[in-house]
Amino acid sequence: MTLPAPATVGRTDMNPATAPVTGGAPRTPQPLDADSREWLRSLRASGAEREAATARLHALLLRAARFEASRRAARLPHLRGNELDEIALEAADDALMSVLARLDDFRGASRFTTWVYKFALLEAAVKLRRRSWQGREVPLEPESWDRFEAAVLAPEERAEQGELLASLQHGIDEVLTAHQRRVLVALALNEVPIDVLAERLNTTRGALYKTLHDARRKLRKHLEESGLALAVWLGEEER
Amino acid sequence: MTERPDLKQALGRLLGPGASEIGCDECFARLDEYVDVELAGGDADAAVPGLRAHLDGCPACREEHDSLRALLDTHR
Repeated sequence: MTLPAPATVGRTDMNPATAPVTGGAPRTPQPLDADSREWLRSLRASGAEREAATARLHALLLRAARFEASRRAARLPHLRGNELDEIALEAADDALMSVLARLDDFRGASRFTTWVYKFALLEAAVKLRRRSWQGREVPLEPESWDRFEAAVLAPEERAEQGELLASLQHGIDEVLTAHQRRVLVALALNEVPIDVLAERLNTTRGALYKTLHDARRKLRKHLEESGLALAVWLGEEER
Repeated sequence: MTERPDLKQALGRLLGPGASEIGCDECFARLDEYVDVELAGGDADAAVPGLRAHLDGCPACREEHDSLRALLDTHR
């Protein structure tokens, strides 16, 4: 089973302006450093001062988005330089909207510039991941299981590893729900980027990762109950 | 047992981190704090428990963490 490619690349589904924060301890507001205070003051000012601050903020965001585009350029050889820059500009525009909508959320846990950079990097990364999969179908079934087995089975340890992989495949087939299986196979076996799958399934990165997390917990439990020394295979003995 | 980094990596992708982790939304919400503590030489894992484990399990969030660190290394 595969999911067809959408006609166009849409906006990010993990909208920083609305994404809920779940779990974890609440953060205590920190005293702001002078630079962060000045950013907030000027962005909350009016008239020409606010316009100038917004333009400086956009320049920062564009620098971050272009940085992300340049890091990914080698993996996107079919994109021309001007296409990469158009995506970076669009990412900076969207990040600007997110940052301005969330100014009151900034609590000074980091520098203001660190806080704003992450919005631009997220927007750029999501757009570029989706662009790299534009026009491609997303595989949801374990077509690559045989390839996986062939890649990881060492001839001298075929029996021991075969037992592990058979138990793993049994767990995927029998223990997971159909949705958990599709998500796990697409993300962890077929290495589909989570933002691409989220767009195709019309959901969010956070919701998909929750499904992946639940599927992984079930699989671990299944393997442990099968008596396999999972910690040894995963190198987690010393954690 | 022979050391098999490719097997370990493939199993790690399927089974995720063994440690307790936060989700993608909280990771994004606190990534700036985590990276600033890291770059200051502090204990980022104590500042934001569960974020490191999440980076181990989520390639997308890990890429964004790595990008933010690299960007700050370049422009700070």
